[in-house]
Amino acid sequence: MNLTMAKALNEGLRRAMSTDDSVLVLGEEVGQLGGVFRITEGLLGEFGPQRVFDTPLAESGIVGTAIGLAMRGYVPICEIQFDGFVYPGFDQITSQLAKLTARYEGTLSMPVIIRIPYGGHIGAVEHHQESPEAYFAHTPGLRVVSPATPHDAYWMIQEVASQPDPVIFLEPKSRYWHKGEVNTDDPGVGLHDAVVVRPGSDVTLVGHGAMVTTLMQVAEVAEGEGTSVEVIDLRSLSPIDWDVLVRSAQSTGRVVVAQEAPGSVSVGSEIAATVTERAFYSLEAPVIRVSGFDAPFPPAQLESVYLPSVDRLLDAVDRAMAY
Amino acid sequence: MPLSKDTLSLLAPDGSVVHGEAHDRYWPVIDALDDQTLQLMYSTMAITRALDYEAGTLQRQGQMALWVPAIGQEACQVGSALASKPQDSIFPAYREHSVARLRGVSMLQIIRMLRGLTHGGWDPETHNNFRLYTLVIGSHTLHATGYAMGISLDGQVATGDASRDEATMVYFGDGATSQGDTHEAMVFAQSYQAPVVFFLQNNHWAISTPVRVQSRSPLYQRAAGYGMPSKQIDGNDVLISYAVSQQMLDDARSGGGPQFIEALTYRIGAHTTSDDPTKYRDDDELAFWTERDPIARFRAYLESRGTPGSFFTEVDQQAADEVSDLRKEVLALEPPPRGNIFAHVYSAEHKPLEAQAAWLEEFEGSFVQKGDS
Repeated sequence: MNLTMAKALNEGLRRAMSTDDSVLVLGEEVGQLGGVFRITEGLLGEFGPQRVFDTPLAESGIVGTAIGLAMRGYVPICEIQFDGFVYPGFDQITSQLAKLTARYEGTLSMPVIIRIPYGGHIGAVEHHQESPEAYFAHTPGLRVVSPATPHDAYWMIQEVASQPDPVIFLEPKSRYWHKGEVNTDDPGVGLHDAVVVRPGSDVTLVGHGAMVTTLMQVAEVAEGEGTSVEVIDLRSLSPIDWDVLVRSAQSTGRVVVAQEAPGSVSVGSEIAATVTERAFYSLEAPVIRVSGFDAPFPPAQLESVYLPSVDRLLDAVDRAMAY
Repeated sequence: MPLSKDTLSLLAPDGSVVHGEAHDRYWPVIDALDDQTLQLMYSTMAITRALDYEAGTLQRQGQMALWVPAIGQEACQVGSALASKPQDSIFPAYREHSVARLRGVSMLQIIRMLRGLTHGGWDPETHNNFRLYTLVIGSHTLHATGYAMGISLDGQVATGDASRDEATMVYFGDGATSQGDTHEAMVFAQSYQAPVVFFLQNNHWAISTPVRVQSRSPLYQRAAGYGMPSKQIDGNDVLISYAVSQQMLDDARSGGGPQFIEALTYRIGAHTTSDDPTKYRDDDELAFWTERDPIARFRAYLESRGTPGSFFTEVDQQAADEVSDLRKEVLALEPPPRGNIFAHVYSAEHKPLEAQAAWLEEFEGSFVQKGDS
């Protein structure tokens, strides 16, 4: 089936709700409107207001009441409208949601899913283009995943809805309207697996979400210049599938990490550190990070300068190859 | 002083009964109680207070980093807790030791948390739906509201069979009324007409911050802004706490939506053992509230009803026995195994964390133990 990521998420949610009656969808505008990105379109009509409902405009309230619903046995899938609006819910996510299973010493599971459209490339106003994944990947107790394709979006939203832990589900909103093939019979890989989406032998490029598309373009160009690039779609940021990363680093000896988020103390930093620890003798070059700059996400007319571009990534590939 | 003509009570500070138009609707609720229930109210307050003092002593002797006394607040807790039904879920803050006792959570279990053995201490599912203490002020008001929304989704409110209907009751303090989460909880509760009773214990101090910094108007009046019924009660009167809580829980369970109770009480002791209330409170205020002590007041009432002196002697003896047992049990507590660091961070597999746990075991195991040859 050929679907946009938005439609794939919508179908995935529909299937998750059909499979398990305890799955709820809640958030701002998720009901009649279907969410500002229409990801939940049609679900209200199909599953009714008991299972799909608009919330008051309060992110801490959304997450905090979702916690209470999960205590009652529900599986709430919450929509946070935009990446930059998650912070009012930050305390409930990091101090409550992430810690409750530990506080309850295993007698309570917390299957609360927080969907967040994230990332740039859409020319939007402030607070609408951010990549907050490091905050959540840094928080023990959370799982953090991000599909890069419609196929993964379709499956991963179903997989998170049928497992017991809290999940930050990051949706690369610039990919919402791009189509891709979805195999509705077989997910192919597990929720927390990283995947080599393009094999290569000279240098490994790692990224997640919308960056994967850019990395594939980089690989194509580099190939024409005689450099064989392996591209890894991280898919899961917590936990990270280190085996796939380390194996690739050992094979190519060179790793470039791409991310839209500011690079300082980022997921890319963790990848650089861990790959260095675990593949040190195989490395021909230091792990290079290509990130957003350590500045607030800029006004939209500057976003193409701020976000890692094909050129900046090719430059990083050249630098890695020069060692 | 904060008690006003609008503050509901059934017992005057000296234990004599109060009548009047606003009060008399609640007396039939109390008149229906048997002596055993009234005596349970007294014994719970008296024994919890004795254990509370002992816990404070244990802290001073270095057996806990911190203790959180609830002395002075027993009446509003015991009355409201006894008014709840077993199927109701209780979401405490962290000072509801009397409620805990009535729900089957012992002082020892609470002390385990403050002694650093656990961040929790009991399983609510096997402890009469008494949820864990929550230390981030106000955050649990949202959990109670979400849980109550779940009760509604389950169709367990206004079923027509009062023995099946459920509600939640959430305890919080005057400091928590300023938190955004508490505000959001009331917004959500009202929006979804969730069966939750917000039980505010206004003990007049958030550590050293007086309640007038939180609010210039009586806090129970805020409920009107959310469209929520509210009552202000004398929180040191166990009977009014019981009667009003029962009515508001019944209203919540039967589809009346969220309810709000403000219990005016006083923290006779410090905020915690790390606090020094002599730096910010004056003696007159303490004397005012000491005269309104909930336990002495209720004892006077029971005595006026002819409760024999032997009952009070027995309660004192039971308190002494439990205090003695508590001390022994606290001193016998073993530290938790190091594997607890990792054990329940996730419910499902998490390979990197499991690798860290395995590494720690190997590292710790690499040391030669004393006595090894």
